[in-house]
Amino acid sequence: MKATVYVTIKQNVLDPQGSAVQGALHSMGFDEVGKVRIGKYLELELNTTDRAEAESRLKAMCEKLLANTVVEDYRFELEG
Amino acid sequence: MKFAVIVFPGSNCDIDCYKAVEDTIGQPVDYVWHTATDLSSYDAILVPGGFSYGDYLRCGAIARFAPVMNEVIKAAEQGKFVLGICNGFQVLTEAGLLPGALLRNNSMKFRCHSALLEVVNNNTVFTNQYSQGEIIDIPIAHGEGNYYCDDETLAQLKANNQIVFRYKAGANPNGSLEDIAGISNERGNVVGMMPHPERAVNQLLGSEDGKRMFTSILNAWREQHGAAVNG
Repeated sequence: MKATVYVTIKQNVLDPQGSAVQGALHSMGFDEVGKVRIGKYLELELNTTDRAEAESRLKAMCEKLLANTVVEDYRFELEG
Repeated sequence: MKFAVIVFPGSNCDIDCYKAVEDTIGQPVDYVWHTATDLSSYDAILVPGGFSYGDYLRCGAIARFAPVMNEVIKAAEQGKFVLGICNGFQVLTEAGLLPGALLRNNSMKFRCHSALLEVVNNNTVFTNQYSQGEIIDIPIAHGEGNYYCDDETLAQLKANNQIVFRYKAGANPNGSLEDIAGISNERGNVVGMMPHPERAVNQLLGSEDGKRMFTSILNAWREQHGAAVNG
């Protein structure tokens, strides 16, 4: 089974990288760009066929390690 | 009084911490590898700066699960003194020993220079040799030192006097909330700070204002253990 995990900075937390990229895009003439947020994309191969178990294990991985829930949100998708 | 300096793969201020303990207070100090599973013989634990585990994923995120961290948590619970400097501060927040998190500097730059700090709380194990409100010169060197916590946590930090150091007004190098440079846990035996006191222990290094952090620790320990107070 393949899992895709997305980790993003919480909406109310400043994202200096996103702001810098937004500034760069504006200076290049892409004036239509509003807010930019940068996050992380992780691909995990899971050695299981039990979807429910995979979901609960993934949630634990996100809470414990993959995201810092003080400042980040996460979501994941499961395939296969 | 016995000190441990924790060494993770990628720590790079461990030697500075070790030498600072030797040079400022002359107490026994050991390097303790990240795989260690017993810290019971130590009275104070220094978690040094650097780039533990390459700062992969997030600063301190992987170091937080090193075997030695269970022992650091245990020591903190026992009331032993734990000081996290720079990457060490990041590790302690990831481990949940200190509230909040360290975000990327708002300038997006790695800032490496001396910084003026205000001693906001001199009533701690780590700062009793400073005066309240004293301005001290301690260098910083970090890309992710922008302290953040939610409003509720901030209110608690203030109510419990947990803000130990602030960057001098108007000289915040990283965008940290309320100019916070260092905080303690509620009990006061765990402190994390982005600036490097171990790099400011001799005028040859540009400042010796960091020296008194080490003398403070020894004083506090001696007071707790009924020994003579270091002058």
